[in-house]
Amino acid sequence: MILFEGVSKAFGSNQVLDGFSLEIPHGQTTVILGYSGSGKSVALKHIVGLLTPDEGRVVVDGSVVHELKRDELAELRRSIGYVFQFAALFDSMTVEENIRLGLARRDLSPAEIEERIVESLRLVELDDAGRLLPAELSGGMRKRVGIARAIALRPRYILYDEPTTGLDPVTAALIDHLMIRVRQESGATGVVVTHDMRSAYSVADRIAMLYDGAIRQAGSVEEIRATRDPVVRQFIEGRPNLPSATVSAPGPGVGP
Amino acid sequence: MQQLLAIRGTGLGGAIGRVGSAAIDCLRALADVRTWAPLIVAQMRRLGVDSVPIAIFIAVFTGIVLALLSSYTFTGAVPLYFVGSLVGKTIMMELGPVLTGMALAGRVGANIAAELGTMRVTEQVDALETLAYDTNAFLIVPRVLAGGIMFPIVTAFAVAVGVVSGWITAVNLLDLSTPEFFKGLRLFYQFKDVWFGLVKAGTFGLAVTLMGCLQGLRARGGAQGVGRAATRAVVLGCESILVLDAFWAIVLL
Repeated sequence: MILFEGVSKAFGSNQVLDGFSLEIPHGQTTVILGYSGSGKSVALKHIVGLLTPDEGRVVVDGSVVHELKRDELAELRRSIGYVFQFAALFDSMTVEENIRLGLARRDLSPAEIEERIVESLRLVELDDAGRLLPAELSGGMRKRVGIARAIALRPRYILYDEPTTGLDPVTAALIDHLMIRVRQESGATGVVVTHDMRSAYSVADRIAMLYDGAIRQAGSVEEIRATRDPVVRQFIEGRPNLPSATVSAPGPGVGP
Repeated sequence: MQQLLAIRGTGLGGAIGRVGSAAIDCLRALADVRTWAPLIVAQMRRLGVDSVPIAIFIAVFTGIVLALLSSYTFTGAVPLYFVGSLVGKTIMMELGPVLTGMALAGRVGANIAAELGTMRVTEQVDALETLAYDTNAFLIVPRVLAGGIMFPIVTAFAVAVGVVSGWITAVNLLDLSTPEFFKGLRLFYQFKDVWFGLVKAGTFGLAVTLMGCLQGLRARGGAQGVGRAATRAVVLGCESILVLDAFWAIVLL
């Protein structure tokens, strides 16, 4: 289980997270919604210790991430797959080498490594792309390779940072399908940060909305669809304007 | 020095602290041989072998100018075979290591900073960390070790070429024979001249590559940030060379 407890994080004068608390249950996919620049990716990076909270803590499987020693943090990271917003593929390496790089840190035989590379590329339907360089891939293919690199590790958790951003609707739907399939086949707990509502409804078991540095509302997909919170409603309906008076006053029956 | 101070923005103490802390992290990462060892040969080729042409180019013209300048200075005052002494001594102990170091600070320092800076701003460095890699062992150690090993080798080439260039110049453009040139070359030669220059070159290699790595990994903000990192790496690399040059002169001479 992943637990955010009162996490605050600022970059200079920009307070990105401010008392952010959220419980991410095991074996489910939790989607964190929020506006661009609202701190969704910042929250995600705290899970793998890429960022350290100014206040509060992030607990993964009972371990406080920012208190872990170097070796312990490396061990934790071995249990987490991270799919970056722009894939973050190593551009001097082929697709196969990108996947192999992560596997090389596991105690696997060369045959097992090759098997996992083939298997993960098959899962993302890029069987023949192993020898290509990232520069030769489309945006959607790069994201799929990013997913393949993460799932090849057979992690307990997979974190997806804006997995469908910038993709055409068909490719975005393919990525959604892939995320669902990965959860079904691997049983990994998923955390998806996105502002794409169609994607959120497709993949989520639970949805949490991040607003003003904290969770505005969290619940099942049905609860979010039926919310009366004006901020959440505005976001999920994609309405451009909201009177300022209603933004500051949540409706009844809302809250994390 | 202004750039050096800007490393941390809290003064020279902070800058030295940051570089020192990075150096300690690199020493600790040396234990992770499994990560850096497979990468070092490629870095030695990229940073060292590929730099040989520019080092030779500089050495050729340095040898020519030194021979002509010393002849101009000595004519009528000092026997002309001292041209060999001055060319040899100067190239081995000072101009070979320093000019080669400066050229490589531009080529290698900027190259490393741009590469790692791009990796930083495209989240490739974050990706490495999430794959449980120690970025010091994977990115910094192979580059810094390759710099420390290859700078002296490239400098040795440059010194040899510079001396040969000075000799050819002396024989063809000055009123000096080959035996006279080599008589001058041997006159004040000590083995220390060679190792002094090569030790300096080794430390220049460590400093230039470390600066390139640190500046690259600190890059922020896209292409502009990468450009700034490359510029800072070159400036700091050159400044480090000058400081180390003075340091070794004080300590070893």
